[in-house]
Amino acid sequence: MIVTVASGKGGTGKTTVAVSLALAVATDTVLPGQAPADDPSVVLLDCDVEEPNAHLFLRPSLDLRREVGVLTPVVDETRCTGCRRCAEVCAYHALAVIEGKVLVFAELCHGCGSCSWNCPEEAIREELRPTGLVEVGRAGALGFAQGILNVGEAMAVPVIRQVKKQGAAVVPGGLVVIDAPPGTSCPVVESLRGADYALLVTEPTPFGLHDLRMAVDVARCELGLPVGVVVNRTGVGDEGVDQYCRAERIPVLMRIPLDRRIAEACSDGLPLLEALPEYRQPFRDLYRQICQGVAG
Amino acid sequence: MKEIVVLSGKGGTGKTSVLAALAHLGAREQRLVLVDADVDAANLGLVLAPAGLAEHDFVGGKLAKIASDRCTGCGDCLRACRFEAIRAAGKEDGVPRYVVDPLACEGCAACFHRCPAAAISMREQVAGRWFVANTRFGTLVHAHLFAGQENSGKLVMLVKQQARELAREQGADYLLVDGPPGIGCPVIAACSGADLALLVAEPTVAGIHDLERILATTEHFRVRALVCINKSDLNSARSREIERFCADRGVVVVGRVPFDSAVTAAMVQGLTIGEWAEHGPPAADGSAVASELAQMWRKIEPLVPRQTDST
Repeated sequence: MIVTVASGKGGTGKTTVAVSLALAVATDTVLPGQAPADDPSVVLLDCDVEEPNAHLFLRPSLDLRREVGVLTPVVDETRCTGCRRCAEVCAYHALAVIEGKVLVFAELCHGCGSCSWNCPEEAIREELRPTGLVEVGRAGALGFAQGILNVGEAMAVPVIRQVKKQGAAVVPGGLVVIDAPPGTSCPVVESLRGADYALLVTEPTPFGLHDLRMAVDVARCELGLPVGVVVNRTGVGDEGVDQYCRAERIPVLMRIPLDRRIAEACSDGLPLLEALPEYRQPFRDLYRQICQGVAG
Repeated sequence: MKEIVVLSGKGGTGKTSVLAALAHLGAREQRLVLVDADVDAANLGLVLAPAGLAEHDFVGGKLAKIASDRCTGCGDCLRACRFEAIRAAGKEDGVPRYVVDPLACEGCAACFHRCPAAAISMREQVAGRWFVANTRFGTLVHAHLFAGQENSGKLVMLVKQQARELAREQGADYLLVDGPPGIGCPVIAACSGADLALLVAEPTVAGIHDLERILATTEHFRVRALVCINKSDLNSARSREIERFCADRGVVVVGRVPFDSAVTAAMVQGLTIGEWAEHGPPAADGSAVASELAQMWRKIEPLVPRQTDST
């Protein structure tokens, strides 16, 4: 089962919720005093590849580190006749032909392969242009993978795709918890695609409500996923989020109060479940509710 | 006209609240044009109560469409697509059918070029709307990218370009840009051509990690950066860590804004913290936050690099 934790608005507590959920379920399967099984049954995938933060809380050991990126064209000048076909078929203006010579603007390339496939001289091959890293490892009983977009690179989606591919292989048939980036555009869609459930974290403020609506639009309306909401930092703000969820029949699965102890633990990189173990059971209950939501 | 963009790397550090407060301060003596460049989740309008002047469609990229009457079911499109955007959809009269997943389609046209039956067309998509509006602090250009769309960077470039033209027409002193979180495509678009980036950081391990990456990004694109530590008293050890990091990197920390729930209370009322401190209930006045932000604005003004106006 894949549960993606998303939010629309940034800084609502996605990482806190994703890490807590993953840890609560991972340790639930290990009896007290028993060593964790060799293979983890839960993996956390940090798909916020622009600003990956889950590792700061989990401090995982990493077994594998792989460069990932985009397949970009390399032109064999001995074969190229300067016919311009490659530039014509490129939807991203990543190729231009000037004075019979092909120029490649690699950072614009999406790696679709149209140029090489359409070249009548078979003068174009493709090479991986690294745009980021994928790291895989584990944190105790929990499997872990994250993507890191290189600074200056625009496209997060190719890195996210690779995190999902390599990370899901860690726990065949197990629970995959995805920590999504903020927003509602293509990196968020990629983090939600293929998920069984979207867990949306919000805060009870006008900003939180506005961005929750956007996240529901993507997860439920566009992707057709069952959604549930975690309201974080209750006690500030207003009633808008609750009214909206009631009107839209979206279950509010959990409420986490505004609590200075939580803020302080998070600020020092301490997982919520370590700082305040009383949250272990509520997160296990949250998981059970998600399972019910997936079952319909 | 000088262009200042507020960025943060990490989401939810207070970019919009800080920018709205600066707009309130700046508008007292200067002419401003404002941009909300967080087109996924545009929140500046919730504080500025924009009154619409004009509304336009944003045409993003193209999407593939398969005409089933011409499709022979050969499956070349499925094999051509590297984005898992074409799915087999069973058979119709014994002929395999394929459909395009519009959310996965990147508009590359690989399928269009590969289809031997010319059954695929590429169609332009309206991917969002953009708006020009009046606010109490100046003209606001903002946008709404439809849920799940691509090309957020392109829309950010568009709204910035429109705002620059308006700013020139109006003889504005400042263009203030509320940026998106992250370091990728829309952030690069938001900071391109800016004279100064104000990085709002929070004193947490994640905040510091993300500040390092957004600072590397502004350095990569050669935009001068200043740092504002928001909720600075939440964790004073981490605040000092940010101060040391900035000192090592030669980056000026222009503001240390304490945590105050009045910031949220003001947001709920659609007010900037400065307005709240002036007109709000005295019990929770937020004046410490407001006065620190006022000092920060005075420090920022002389630090904006001299205008080179390359655009």
